[in-house]
Amino acid sequence: MKVLLLLMFLVQSNLVLANAEVVEFSDESLRPRYQQLVEELRCPKCQNQNLADSNSPISKDLRVQVQQLLEEGLTDQQIKDYLKARYSEFILYRPEVNQATWLLWAAPVLFLIMGLLIIYRLYFRFKADSSSGSSSGSSDSSDSSTIEAASALNKDEQTRLDKLLADRK
Amino acid sequence: MNRLALFLPLALFVGLSLVLLFGLDKDPTDLPSALVGEAFPEFMLPTLQDETKLVSQQDLQGQVLLVNVWATWCFACRIEHPNLNELAEQGVVIVGLNYKDQRNAAKLWLLERGNPYSFNIFDDQGSLGIDLGVYGAPETYLVDADGVIRHRRVGVVDKRVWDSEFSALYQELTGKTPIIGGVR
Repeated sequence: MKVLLLLMFLVQSNLVLANAEVVEFSDESLRPRYQQLVEELRCPKCQNQNLADSNSPISKDLRVQVQQLLEEGLTDQQIKDYLKARYSEFILYRPEVNQATWLLWAAPVLFLIMGLLIIYRLYFRFKADSSSGSSSGSSDSSDSSTIEAASALNKDEQTRLDKLLADRK
Repeated sequence: MNRLALFLPLALFVGLSLVLLFGLDKDPTDLPSALVGEAFPEFMLPTLQDETKLVSQQDLQGQVLLVNVWATWCFACRIEHPNLNELAEQGVVIVGLNYKDQRNAAKLWLLERGNPYSFNIFDDQGSLGIDLGVYGAPETYLVDADGVIRHRRVGVVDKRVWDSEFSALYQELTGKTPIIGGVR
């Protein structure tokens, strides 16, 4: 009886496994392209899932459609255009560069430039401050650390400080 | 100048908050439609009532009509159906697109709830659905006499939707003003 039950469970589990989607291609070289496409295309019904991850009926249909179009010999771009013509740009997880999206694409570069500018300005200001300090400071190299630390002082204060330090010697 | 620069983060915060605030009102399920202004896609499919009779996009041309995507498994279609009946009674031509459905269940539905459709395209594989970019029933398309899609609504067409999205355009195209929710 127990053996029979075990057998039944085994058969059952096989059935469950058989339910997983198997995609057959005439040419195995299509498979990686299929995989990339269904990962890059967005399910129109569910908000934040790609076709590969979604179990909604529309995603299943679209996966089949992508497979068929691949078999028909369309390029990746042609398949994307095909779906874009029907489901609008929404379906592309990697939006194309156009009037509405150029800012989106350019933003990382713009932010990088902005960051570099800020760093440059901060560095430049720091350098200008410290160089104005050292120009009025003593030529003694052992005092350079003192001068660095005191770079926040203005010129008059710096000369006073130098004088005081010189008097102590 | 430096004093003003201190307010920059605050200004950025306020700006971002405003953008997000306006974003709250947008419906994320409302996709931009790719087909408005385009010709109704070509198709060749049987009708619901007679599987030997084929219809195509040419059967949609020559008059202003609504194409309504529906199915018996679609719950919101039940809510929408009386509205379609009402529009049909006022002379609006409605073509049904029976989408991924069972033929018998769909026929029974029309017997039980009334049939507002001049005919039904039977698309059990959803092929025309893909060409139309259907992603959720019900959907309703306003198609002009040249067979060009002029408006698309994803979701139930009720009084509010008809008044705000369809009525003016329908009047412009036909000169008629059918209404939903009229006194009968």
